Amino acid sequence: MTTYEPVIGLEIHIQLATRTKMFCGCELSFGEPPNTRTCPVCLGLPGALPVANAQAIHFGLLIGLAVGSQLAPRSIFHRKNYFYPDLPKGYQISQFDEPLCLGGQLAEVRIHRVHLEEDAAKLVHMGASGRIHASDASIVDFNRGGTPLAEIVTEPDIHTAEQAGEWLRLLRTTMRQLGVSDVNMEEGSLRCDANISIRPAGTTELGTKTELKNMNSFRFIERGIRAEIARQEAILDGGGRVTQETLHYDPDSGRITSLRSKEEAHDYRYFPEPDLVPIAVDEAMLDAARTAMPELPAARAERFEQEVGLSPEVARRLAFRSELGDYFERALAAEVDPPAPAQTLANWILADLLSRLGEADGTGEDPNRSLVTPSALGALCGLVASKRISVGAARQVLDRLVSDGGDPKAIVEAEGLEALDGGDDLAAVVAAAIAANGDAAEKIRAGNPKAIGPIVGYVMRETKGRADGGEVTRLVNEQLGI
Amino acid sequence: MADLLDLSAAAAARAIDSGEVSATELFDAYASRTREDRLNCFTWVADNPPSAVSGAPLSGVPLAVKDLFCTANVPSQSGSRILEGYLPPYTATVVERLEVAGASLLAKTNQDEFAMGSSNENSAYGPVLNPWDHTRVPGGSSGGSAAAVAAGLAPWALGTDTGGSIRQPAALCGIVGLKPTYGAVSRYGMIAFASSLDQAGPLTRDVTDGALMLRHMMGRDECDATSLQFPEEIALPSAERLDGVRLGVPEELTGEGVEAGVLQAFEAALAQAEALGATIERVHLPHAPHALSAYYVIAPAECSSNLARFDGVRYGLRAENESDLLGMYTSTRHDGFGPEVKRRIMLGTYALSSGYYDAYYARAQRVRTKIVEDFRAVFEKVDFVVTPTSPTVAFELGAKTGDPLSMYLNDFCTVPMSLAGIPAISIPCGLAGAGEGLGVNGAGLPVGLQLAGPAFSENRLLDVSYALEQALAFDPTPARV
Repeated sequence: MTTYEPVIGLEIHIQLATRTKMFCGCELSFGEPPNTRTCPVCLGLPGALPVANAQAIHFGLLIGLAVGSQLAPRSIFHRKNYFYPDLPKGYQISQFDEPLCLGGQLAEVRIHRVHLEEDAAKLVHMGASGRIHASDASIVDFNRGGTPLAEIVTEPDIHTAEQAGEWLRLLRTTMRQLGVSDVNMEEGSLRCDANISIRPAGTTELGTKTELKNMNSFRFIERGIRAEIARQEAILDGGGRVTQETLHYDPDSGRITSLRSKEEAHDYRYFPEPDLVPIAVDEAMLDAARTAMPELPAARAERFEQEVGLSPEVARRLAFRSELGDYFERALAAEVDPPAPAQTLANWILADLLSRLGEADGTGEDPNRSLVTPSALGALCGLVASKRISVGAARQVLDRLVSDGGDPKAIVEAEGLEALDGGDDLAAVVAAAIAANGDAAEKIRAGNPKAIGPIVGYVMRETKGRADGGEVTRLVNEQLGI
Repeated sequence: MADLLDLSAAAAARAIDSGEVSATELFDAYASRTREDRLNCFTWVADNPPSAVSGAPLSGVPLAVKDLFCTANVPSQSGSRILEGYLPPYTATVVERLEVAGASLLAKTNQDEFAMGSSNENSAYGPVLNPWDHTRVPGGSSGGSAAAVAAGLAPWALGTDTGGSIRQPAALCGIVGLKPTYGAVSRYGMIAFASSLDQAGPLTRDVTDGALMLRHMMGRDECDATSLQFPEEIALPSAERLDGVRLGVPEELTGEGVEAGVLQAFEAALAQAEALGATIERVHLPHAPHALSAYYVIAPAECSSNLARFDGVRYGLRAENESDLLGMYTSTRHDGFGPEVKRRIMLGTYALSSGYYDAYYARAQRVRTKIVEDFRAVFEKVDFVVTPTSPTVAFELGAKTGDPLSMYLNDFCTVPMSLAGIPAISIPCGLAGAGEGLGVNGAGLPVGLQLAGPAFSENRLLDVSYALEQALAFDPTPARV
């Protein structure tokens, strides 16, 4: 059986968080009653004219700078013509062959282009199913119509569904850092289409691609891409050919259905929008964009590695999720005594803290939304690193912090969780543990160090986890004369 | 005083200002005159004068406005069935500016549907008749505006010009019509025909009124990205002589196809200009003969997109009893648009189609660039280009409706300036066909002289036109009601 290499390119639409719409003065809508954020321009009334939003152009330039695009000194808007009730003018103002940003790269994926356009209005289908088929009527809410969008098109540099998901998360973080969008898939401010083809592994010629539309969560994107790859593999393995078409993935059934074939594709009759003047990017606009450019995830990971001394893997995991990176930096900056080493902090955030957060407690795995303040975690890590408390005790403290918040030192004191030092107290407990576990002691003497478990367990029970594991092992070996 | 209705708009404003006549009196006089209209100039007439704007420069002088300008809560139908009864929620910028300056909305005027036509026979609300001869067309597309001003049914009127739609009807009706530099006047609220060409402008009884209206309508508008800040204020014209003024006569626009009577009046006007001190030179606009072809690709292409919004979903006509979306779209547009509009939508859709774009639209744009360069070269040598405005005098109703190409040729002399975006004016320069007994009492039919200058040359253009107007002393009275 042939093995195939999938080739995937993404088209991402990002709703820009500007104050007003792309071509009129209406404020962006966040759940207002239908058709209350409208004007003659975004309703496409006769005689109304568009005026391009300067803030949207600024955001477009920020995105271009962030992914290393060439920023076009002059770009123009085009009209993309087609009829649909959610498109009040009968055309969408978009960019075509002279976009704002060309080329670029984010992590391992090259960017083809970034351009600006306007969003369509929202259709609401009346009737039981909520879908267009079998609905009694459809009504249009123009509040969303005209919202600024940046469309980011990648080169076909992605080869697995997981890579697509990972990369999209990085893109989301980058956009969030830039402050250009809420980038929330569930709310539709981040939308992704995937162009997918497969080819026999080791070959270079691209196969026929299909376009998978509008997957509205990271999970569905990965699932949808996997399903489409499997579908294409089955076709080729069966001796068939993939046809170029636009597809819809239904996350409920897992089924992929055709929306339209290549022959049914629209002829959009693109032509330069005569109602707008070209976007001429001058030095002042470039300066404004450069000045507004924050540190991006890749640069942050680099800094975590070089300046803070984290391992590359840990640095990326923190930096590529801005909320983790932010939390980490706040905890690191907290003045705690004893100080918390960076790597310890990072490990505790990525392992112990994240595993305690999630949907159930309403934090969505965002530690900033938890009761554990960055300085509390810093203090806790300082106590662990200086061996003032054992790892086991620290986990107990963290449980308390997650459920109730508070100050780790106070919790340690109140609960008597200070580590037992290597002195007589601990030596006595170890001696009792050896006496109570004669079998285990024999095995250790016979050369099986793994048999220490029951003895350590006894010590931990007796000390309520306050003993340091390393110290206990040392004492056991000492008392057994090894 | 002489008959109130014989006053030019500027004279009427002065009369109101000095207290000789009240704004209400003037408005009522025109309002009752409009009710006697037998030319079908109007699609809507105001019942009452708007509340007077005291101290404003235009002092309440009534204004007729072409139907395609949006006027809040007043029918704005662009001559089309598809917008029958449409009441916009807002007013076009130029209308608003003129109202702020003291003009009061008297009426909306009939026009070719969506400004597509040269005879006003493409209106869904019936053709307009030429006041010089009721069996003839007034020109188009601003036919209602031109006929109303010529007949004295309105002191002045607002029109729009895409390929000649102000200048040609002004010529055929014996009045003054000015198309400003592209961008000098806001297009916001003008129901679009071809966005890169449409410009609003005045249709007036004389050149001074044209200057006065332009002064109060132009200027940069934040709502129109293509509008420009005009570099100077428009002054009222005062030139008496044309010494040192160089006029260029482009051979390509003054030869074959121009009627003998029109040429005769044109030549006489040139002689008059020479007598005032101007020099006349032959010049060349080598690409001008291709202008009409380029125009009839670009304008339909833009209109095919501009008119896509008339889909029955939000406003205007909607076909009932259709069970699906495509059926609703198709029937609405089938029933709502007239044949000429459909023809141009089809032409434009074709020209923009994948595989044809380069051959038609892209090539037409290159021709447009050549025409811009032609004018630039000519204006190195002369100050203004002069041509007959229209190759013919007003023709009979129905004479060209069966032959779109011959209808399109009406714009032969006006389209090059539209493509170049430069200002051009038509002033009446004489009568033709008097010998054949044409026109009211055999007086003949008006001929228009077109003058065009470089971008932003409106003040000089108006001055030269004014001097010529005084010397030519055209008599408009045969057309007056």
